[in-house]
Order: sequence, then C-alpha cells, then structure tokens
Amino acid sequence: MFSSLKMIVLRDLMLAMRRKTEVLTTLFFFIIVISLFPLGIGSDKQILIKIAPGVVWVAALLASMLALERLFAADYDDGTLEQMLLIPQPVFVLVLGKVLAHWFLTGLPLVLVTPLVGLQYQLPDVAIYSMMQSLLLGTPILSLIGAIGAALTLGVRGGGILLSLLILPLYIPVLIYGSGAIEASMMAGAPVQSYLMLMAAFAIIAIIFAPWATAAALKIAVE
Amino acid sequence: MNNQHLQVKQLACIRGDRHLFSELDIRLDSGQLLYLQGRNGSGKTTLLRTLCGLFHPDEGEVLWCGKKVTELGELFYKDILFVGHAAGIKLELTPLENLRIYMRLHELDVAEDALWQALQDIGLKGFEDLPARMLSAGQKRRIALARLLIDKAALWILDEPFTALDVVAVDLLQSIIAQHVSRGGMVILTTHQEVQLPDHQVQRLRLGD
Amino acid sequence: MTIGGLYWGFFETPDVLSDQKQYYRIIFIHVPAAWMSMWLYIVIAGWSLVGLIMNTRLSYMMAAATAPTGAVFTFIALWTGAFWGKTSWGTWWDWDPRMTSELILLFIYIGYMALQAAIDDTRRADKASAILALVGVFMIPLIYWSVNCPDPNQCTALHQRSSMESIEPNILWSMLVMTLAFWSYSFYVIFKRVRNTILEREKHADWVNELPEIRSNASGI
Repeated sequence: MFSSLKMIVLRDLMLAMRRKTEVLTTLFFFIIVISLFPLGIGSDKQILIKIAPGVVWVAALLASMLALERLFAADYDDGTLEQMLLIPQPVFVLVLGKVLAHWFLTGLPLVLVTPLVGLQYQLPDVAIYSMMQSLLLGTPILSLIGAIGAALTLGVRGGGILLSLLILPLYIPVLIYGSGAIEASMMAGAPVQSYLMLMAAFAIIAIIFAPWATAAALKIAVE
Repeated sequence: MNNQHLQVKQLACIRGDRHLFSELDIRLDSGQLLYLQGRNGSGKTTLLRTLCGLFHPDEGEVLWCGKKVTELGELFYKDILFVGHAAGIKLELTPLENLRIYMRLHELDVAEDALWQALQDIGLKGFEDLPARMLSAGQKRRIALARLLIDKAALWILDEPFTALDVVAVDLLQSIIAQHVSRGGMVILTTHQEVQLPDHQVQRLRLGD
Repeated sequence: MTIGGLYWGFFETPDVLSDQKQYYRIIFIHVPAAWMSMWLYIVIAGWSLVGLIMNTRLSYMMAAATAPTGAVFTFIALWTGAFWGKTSWGTWWDWDPRMTSELILLFIYIGYMALQAAIDDTRRADKASAILALVGVFMIPLIYWSVNCPDPNQCTALHQRSSMESIEPNILWSMLVMTLAFWSYSFYVIFKRVRNTILEREKHADWVNELPEIRSNASGI
C-alpha cells in the first residue's frame, strides 16, 4: 500500500518536473497577489502589518485553488485516471497520493517563500515564524478539501469557476484560524499555540474524511 | 487459472434517458473469448466499463468466480486488465516510464529487462526513451497494449483495441489474444474491424438489436 | 398540497398580531426564514444520505427540489436582516457572526445548485451534489463555530443578542405560526417541484402520458 502511495506521488512529481511552468505559476501567482496589496493600499507600515495575515492567507487560498483544477483533470482526459482506479488498491490511496503530490507542488513552496513576504510587509520575526507554522498546517487542509471539489467538478463545463464557488466557503475556518494565529503572534501575551493546535486538529479530521469523500466523487465522475 | 469464470446476471444499464440493455446474462469461462458487437451507441463501452466496476449498473450484478465484484473490490482488480478508448498513457513520459509506472501500481513482479523486451515485442524498439508525445497515434496505442505482455491478469477487457493499428500490429495483437486464450485466459473485446479471432470458444454477443 | 397553499395566507396575519415597534414586524419573516434556511439544508443532506445509501432516485429529486426553497429562505433572512439592521443598528451590513454564517450558507446553497445544474448527466449530477451536500453538512458546524469564535481562547463571548425567554409570548407564538406557514409553503413548493422533476425525467414512461392533464394538453395541440 505504501509503495503504491509512494509511486503515485513520485509519478505526479515526475510529471510536474516535465512541465515546470505549472508549478512555478502557482508560486509566482502567490507572490504577485501579495505584492499587489501594498501597491493598492500604500506602504504605510502600520497598515501593512495589520493586513498581512489576512492577505497572506487569502493569497494562499487562491494560489492553492489555481492548481486544483488540474489535479485530476489531466489524468481524466488521457484515461490514466481510470487506469489508476483499477489498481488493486483502495481509491483512498490514489487520492491521498495525488493530494500529497499537489501539496508538495503548491503548498510547500508557499511555506518556504513566506519569509520573503514577511520582509515585504516588514513583519517582526515572530510573526514570520508563526506564518510559516500556520501555512505548514493549513495548506495540506486546503489541498485535501480542494480535492473533493476537484473531483466533483471533473469534466464539467465551467469547472474551474464552479470549483471556486464550491470550495472557497469551505476554506473559511482555515482562513480564520490561519490568519488569527499570525495576528496573535504579533500581540504580546496572546497564545498562538491554541490556534495551531486547532489547525492541527482540522488537518487530522481532513486527512481522515476528505480523501474518502474525494474517492466517492471520483468514482461518480468516471462513470 | 482453470476454474475462474465471469458471470453476468440480469444486467441493466441506463444512460441518461436511454435504456442501453436489460436482462443481460453472460457466462465466460476460462479459455473463452467474448466478442461484443453492435452499432455505435449500443452500449458496448458501457457494458465493458460496468464489468470493470467503473460504471454502476441500474440492475443486476457481475460475479467473478461466484463472488460479487462490488464486494471483491481491489481483489478483483488483480485479475483484470482494462484497455479503454483512451490509451491511458502520459504523453510527458516515455513508453518505458509509462510501463514502469503501470507495473509498480499494479504490483507486478516484472524485471526491468522484461519491460524493454515487451516494448521491443510490441514494436517500439528504439522509441523506449522518447516522450510519448512525439510518437504517432498507433505507437501510443502500442504503449497501452504493451501492458498485455507484462500483466498476468486472467481477464482482459479490451475496448476497440485494434483502432489506429497498422496491419502488422493487428496481426500481432491477434496472436497475443489467441495466445492468452489458449493459455486459459479470458478476453472480452469490441471492435468494428474485421479481425481473425481464434474460432474455437468464441462467444458472440450483439447489443442493441 | 392545497393545505399548504391555505397556510400561505398566514403570511399576512402575524403582522397584525402585534403592534409593537414598527421594525419588530420583520422578525416574523426574518427569524422563521433563518430557521428554515438551516433546517432545509439538513433536509437536503438527509435526503442525499438516503439517496447514496439506498440508491433511490426519488430522494435525490427531493434533495434537489429542496435546494431552491432553502436558498430563497436564506436570501429572505439576509435581506430582512439587512432591513432590520438598518433600523435597529443603523447599518445595512455588520460582520455579525450570525449574518456571516447565513451568508456562507447562501454561498453553499448556490454552489449546490450550480453543481447540480452544471452536470448534464442527471445521475451523476444527483450523486455529485449529494456528496457536496454531505460535505457541506459536515463543514457548516465548523464554519459556524469558526465564525462565532475567531479566537479559540475566548470562545464564551457568543454574540447572542436575544434569547427565547425574553421574547413576549405573543410574538413568540406568531413567530411559530409563521414558521409553520413557512414549513407548509416549503412542503407545497417542494412537492410541486418534485412532481415536475419526476414528470420530466420519466416523460417517456407510459404512465406519464396517461395522466389527465398531459392528455388534455396533447389533444389541445
């Protein structure tokens, strides 16, 4: 089971390396969106620090969404998805592998690039640190929940827009606690820990239930 | 391999508004071939996908060795090999990589040499390391069919396997199928082309009449 | 069904029942509509669950027919809430947790209906939206909770501005009557819609063509 999981992740990473632009697009989208806000609002340090948590998280939601549409669609189009549904493994494994690969390609780069954002917004070190922590816990949740939407809208006309309509409301808890954690870290005495614990709990719930729902949606989509 | 059999009981499928078929009964024993015929849109592909468990029938059931396919789940997938309309290969990857991924995901114990050999046998010698995107339609099809040479599954479900193949490849595929059947394997296929199939133990089924 | 239609008449009556402050009247629409919007979503999820487990087409149709009504109630709740907010708090929109939750609920309703409409194959549309409904019913409490207490350390400060006991029995009763009226209205509309859906999906079946109204239509042409 783990060898199959590993193989699916490796396969997707290998495919991504063959068309690097798709991976970099997500990352640069994130950076560009974040850079646009100071241009639109002005570079007042006080305001920037105030909006940074929300901006980072909204940008992360959108960036994660950007690549979701292709999560299953490419495999669906060329028939490899149905081949992978016929492997002697539960569909759960397939979904988990694909989501994991999606996170490596879209979630992890965001976490790594956040110190740069912190510099742009002149955040204190402690805020940058908690920003990385909250993104590290939160982006897997985005990938997991997003996968449900990607599977539901598979092969549907206007799927991309529909996907965002379905998934963005479901991202709200992550958005609230993710940006809440960053905000709390900038206030003296506010414990960040409880935010992160809560997000960890969300991540665990998501990893248990989301692949299951995605698997059901995938089976319906290939019919 | 000899006591394996596939049984279809009272199968009915509806797509949208159309009743494709109903009360369909099939029994396929080891060493038999089922040749599925019918016009376009008569439900051949739907039937094949139902047999794989990709499509859920509205009524009836599919039994593998007497057990319901829906209950067997992944165990059933060890015993079948499906080649669909879409080749199911990644164009960014080379034929060798495609085959290797297939092998790993299906937990087949095949040596690296055997993969090269399979690609050579199917007529892709010299193309093993080119991205599949650069190959012709027939060659892409051959990558998909190379699976037949490495997978030891008992039941082959082939949807239009002869499409886009040249005369040599058609001959080759016919002999591969005949060999599988003579070894005691089972094949279910659809095709619109005139092909020579091993005449003994061929069942024919016409859909949509 | 017709009883439901009669109950609809109650729509006007509760307004007369209490002549408190002018803006209080809107509560008779606002609160029952908000209740209904949540209840109907649970109904959808329930039917979806039944549909996925038992694979019965009728339950999918029920779920799909409930969605527009639920969305309408959500919208009414938001709309009247905005009016009420304007008169009592002096603003059309406030990021009050309850309003936010209701808005999110509206998004989810819209998403559900959009998914249903976007998929051509009815069978797939039914099942896919059923999964979405179940995911939604799982997520809504989480969303609700996260909106209610954005700070996990001080979650006690729930923004409840009113509680049941403080409401005058007169108002409470008329609110309950309104809720009943909304229920009846929902039943009426939903069954009507399911009937249409069944007729449309089964238009090739013999029994449909033998219905009196269909026959009279056909002969009229």
